[in-house]
Amino acid sequence: MQLIRKYLSSAWQALFGDPVRAFGVVSLILLLALAIAPAKEHFSQWHSYQRKYLALIHDRGDAPSLRRRFVPGIHQTWLPELGVVDRCTTCHLGLNEASLADVSQQPFRKHPVVPHSLDGFGCVICHGGQGQATTVAEAHHSERTGEEPILPTRYIESGCGQCHQNALPGTPQLNLGRTMLGRYGCVHCHAVTRPDGSKVEATDHPPTLAHIADKTTRAWVFSWLKDPQAYAASTTMPNYKLSDEDASDISAYLMKSSMPQAKDTATPGVKPAVIADPSAGPSLYGESFCASCHAVQNAAGNLVGGDLGPELTRIGNKAKPEWLTAWLENPRVYDATTPMPRYRFTPQQVATLATFLQAKSDSDYGSGIHLDAASPQQIAHGRKLIVELGCAACHEINGVQRPEKFAPELSTIGSKPLAQIVFLPGMEHTLPNYIVAKIRQPRAFGSSVKMPQFTLTAAQTDALATALLALTARGRAMPDNLRVAAVPETNYQPAGHAGKLIAELACLSCHRFNGRGGDMAPDLSWEGSSVQRQWLTDFLHNPNTLRPSLIRRMPRFNLNDSDNKELTDYILAVYQSPVIDADLAPVATNPPDAVEHGKQLFYSKYACQSCHIVDTKTDKGYVGPTLTQVGSRLTAAWAYAWLKNPQALRPGTTEPNQNMSDDDARALTAFLMAQKAPGGRGAKQ
Amino acid sequence: MMRRFTARMTFGTSTMLALLTFAALPGCKHSTPAHSALKATAQGTVLVETSGGHQVGVTGTALKDPLVVQVNDDHGTAVPGALVEFHGSAGVSFDPAAALTDGSGQATTSVTLGAIAARYDLSAVTPGKAAPVSLEIVETALGYQERVGSILADKYCSRCHDSESSPERVSNYDNLEVKPHPFTEGSTLNKMSDADLTSIILHGGPALNRSALMPPYGNTLSAADVKALIAYVRAVADPPYQPAGTVYARK
Repeated sequence: MQLIRKYLSSAWQALFGDPVRAFGVVSLILLLALAIAPAKEHFSQWHSYQRKYLALIHDRGDAPSLRRRFVPGIHQTWLPELGVVDRCTTCHLGLNEASLADVSQQPFRKHPVVPHSLDGFGCVICHGGQGQATTVAEAHHSERTGEEPILPTRYIESGCGQCHQNALPGTPQLNLGRTMLGRYGCVHCHAVTRPDGSKVEATDHPPTLAHIADKTTRAWVFSWLKDPQAYAASTTMPNYKLSDEDASDISAYLMKSSMPQAKDTATPGVKPAVIADPSAGPSLYGESFCASCHAVQNAAGNLVGGDLGPELTRIGNKAKPEWLTAWLENPRVYDATTPMPRYRFTPQQVATLATFLQAKSDSDYGSGIHLDAASPQQIAHGRKLIVELGCAACHEINGVQRPEKFAPELSTIGSKPLAQIVFLPGMEHTLPNYIVAKIRQPRAFGSSVKMPQFTLTAAQTDALATALLALTARGRAMPDNLRVAAVPETNYQPAGHAGKLIAELACLSCHRFNGRGGDMAPDLSWEGSSVQRQWLTDFLHNPNTLRPSLIRRMPRFNLNDSDNKELTDYILAVYQSPVIDADLAPVATNPPDAVEHGKQLFYSKYACQSCHIVDTKTDKGYVGPTLTQVGSRLTAAWAYAWLKNPQALRPGTTEPNQNMSDDDARALTAFLMAQKAPGGRGAKQ
Repeated sequence: MMRRFTARMTFGTSTMLALLTFAALPGCKHSTPAHSALKATAQGTVLVETSGGHQVGVTGTALKDPLVVQVNDDHGTAVPGALVEFHGSAGVSFDPAAALTDGSGQATTSVTLGAIAARYDLSAVTPGKAAPVSLEIVETALGYQERVGSILADKYCSRCHDSESSPERVSNYDNLEVKPHPFTEGSTLNKMSDADLTSIILHGGPALNRSALMPPYGNTLSAADVKALIAYVRAVADPPYQPAGTVYARK
C-alpha cells in the first residue's frame, strides 16, 4: 500500500511536478483529444473499404477512368418521394462500373443486371437493411427496434413483390409462393390484403362437410384427421396432430351433424340391374381423362396425374359406393361449385367407373380402427374442438359458423418488428428465419399454437416465405404510380342455357374465357372467330389433341346433338375477337397460283415445317399444332390475322411474329386454307 | 490535401490504437467450425460423383437436386462409414458440410450456392488411406438476368435447341434437318460475338447465312429479353465462356 502510494506520488511529481512540465503534459493530452475525431474517420470502416477499392483498381487496365469516377467520402442516394436515404454506395463502389463484373471481391463487384436503375431506386427498397448506416454491422445486421436486417439472397424476389403485385416473368419463386397462399388455403384463416386494398382469394376447394355421412364413414374421417398425408400424400389438408380421443370426438360430431343430401330428382338413379364391366374400367378411366385432374400413386410410389382434383390412390377406402355412383352421375348435386365436370356417363359407364375406383383401396389403411359410439359429451367436445381449431374457416360444417379473422392478418408480416417476435432458442434472430420456422413446425412455438403442420418441400417453404416477406409496410407506403396491380380474375359467367351447359361441363376448370378460368387448356375467349362450325361440332363430339407433342387432356363428354349444337352456336356467336372481321376474309377464293406461292413461302422463306406438319410424309415439326387439315379447322380471317401478329390474338404465344407482308400472309393463308380434311369434313373421327 | 494532412497528424495515435486493439483481441469470439464429431469407421481411396454435379441453380438458393458422391476402395467397391467433407468458395453452404457414407458408400449433401452469379468449383474430400482424396464438382448459379434468359429459353428455344425429351415436353431436335446448337455447346457458341447472337435471334438463321428453320424473334422478344437470353447462353456454356473484355491502353 505504502509502495503504491509512493509510486503514484513520484509519477505525479514526474508529470506535474513543476508548472512547465504540467503545461507540457496537459498540452499533449489536449492534442491527443483533438486527434480523436480525425482518427475515428481515418479508421472508419468505409474509409478502409475505399482504400481497398483504390488498391483493387490500381492494377487494372482501366484504372484511370475508374479512378476518375471515384469520389472519396460518404456517398448518398436520396430519393425523398420513396423515403430512400442510402449510403450503401460509400463502400459498394463498383455497383455501376460495367468493367468490374468479373470482380469477386465484395463489396466492389458490379451489380448484376436488373430492370431498375440503382440511382432511381436506391438499394434498401429491394434488399432491406439500414440505408443510412456506415458500418457493415449496422447496415446489414441491425436487429434494433424498427430496423430490419438485410434480406438473404434466397428471398430476394420478395423485394420485387412489394410493388409488383402481378406475376413477373423473372420471379418464379415469388409467383409460386403467392399461388400457394391461395392453393394451400392459408388465406382462409389469415387475411392477406394487398396494398391496393384487394384481398388474396383462396383457390383451393375445401369440400363441404355438411353431408359427410353420405360420402364416407366415421372410421375414415378418424384416420384422415389423424394423418391426412397417410391417405393421400399430395393433399393440401394439414396435419393437426390430434390425439386419438380428439380425432374420435371430432369425427363423431361431423357424423352427427351431417344431414342427408337431398336426392337428385333431375337425373334418374342408376338402375340396380346395370352390371359393371370390370375389364372396361381402366380404359374408361383413361378415355375420360380423369388423370388430367386426379393423381394416382403408381407402383414406384410416384404420383401420376394432375392436382386439380383430389388424389384417388385409396378412394375405395373413403367413398361409399352409393355416394360415388351418385357423384359420377352428377357431381353438382353434392357440391354445387365443384370443378368436376358432369360427364353424362351412361348408367353402365357409371357402374363400371365406380367399380374401378372402388377397387383402388389399400387393405392396410385404417385397419384395426374401432370407434365406440360417442356419448353426447364426446360429441359436444368434438364441436368445441372444431370451433377451437377453426375447421369451419375452410369447410362448411352444420352447426358451426365460419369464424371471422380466425388467425392473425398477414398483410404486413414482411415488416413485423423483431422486438415483437418470440424466437426459439438457438435461432438466428431474423424475420425470414422466423417465418420459415413457423411454416415448417408451427407447434414448436408452443403447444397452444393452433396452426397445423403442413407438408411442404424446402423449395415450397422458401417460396411461401418469399411471398410473405413481400408483404411490407414499405410496399404499402409506395407511391401509387410505382405500384403494379395484380390482374384479378373477372367474375365472368356465360349466360343462358349454354352458360348452364358450360357450368355443368366445368369448362372453366381448364379453359379461360374473358379473364376467368383455369390455365390447363387454351384460352377460348375468341374461339368463335378462330374455328369453323363443322370442326367445332365434331371436336365437341370427339375431341382430339391438335399438337402431336402434347398430352391430350380434353375429355369426351356424352353430349347429345342438341346440347352440342347449343354449345357450338354459343361459342361461335359469343366468343368473337373484335379485331377479326370475318366478312373481310382476305381469301375468298384460293387461286392455285396463290396456293403454290404460299407453299413455297411455307417451306423456304418462313420454314414453317420446323414446328408444323402439313405433309405427314415429309414434315416432322413437333412444336406447333398439326396443320394437315387446318383448312377445315380455322377460318381464313383468323389464319390471316394470326400470321400477321400471333401475339395480338393470343398474348404470350410462342409462335414468333414474323412481321409478314400482307401479300405473304395472304398467300400463306391461301396455302393453309387449301389443307382440307378428306371428304370436306372437319377433324377426322 | 486536407485529408492527407489529417492522416499524418494522427499517425501517432494509430500506433496507440493498434496496441489497444491487441489488448482487446483475446476478448474476441473465435468462431469454431460447426463440425459435429463424425467418427469415420472406414476409409476409401477413390471419390466418385454419383449425381448432382453440373446443375444450373439460382444465386443464394439451394440446388434442386442433392449432391451425391461415393467413396470406393482400390477395387472399386463402395466403402460405407467413410468421412466426406464438402468445401466451396465463400458464400457456398452445404447441409451437412460433412457426412459419413451410408450403406451403399454414398454421402449426400444439399448445396446452396453463393450470392454471386458464377460457376462454382466445389470439392468433396475424404481422408483416404495415405493422403486426402478430393473430387472437383462444378455447379452454376444464375443471377436475375441469366434466369430471365433461362425462363425465356425454356419457353421459346429449348423445344428445338435441347435434344432431351420428357413425356411432358417432347423435343423437336431430332425432327429438324439442320441441327440447332444446344446452348451448352460452348465450343461453337463461345466463338460467336454478342452481336452475332443478337442478330441471329432478332432476324433468324438467314441473317448469318444459316438455316431458315431458326425463325426471327425480333418482333416477339424485347431487347432486354434478347440480352437476357445471351447472358443465359454465356452462363451455361461448356467449356466456360471467357469474355474478351474491354482492352485499355496502359498509361
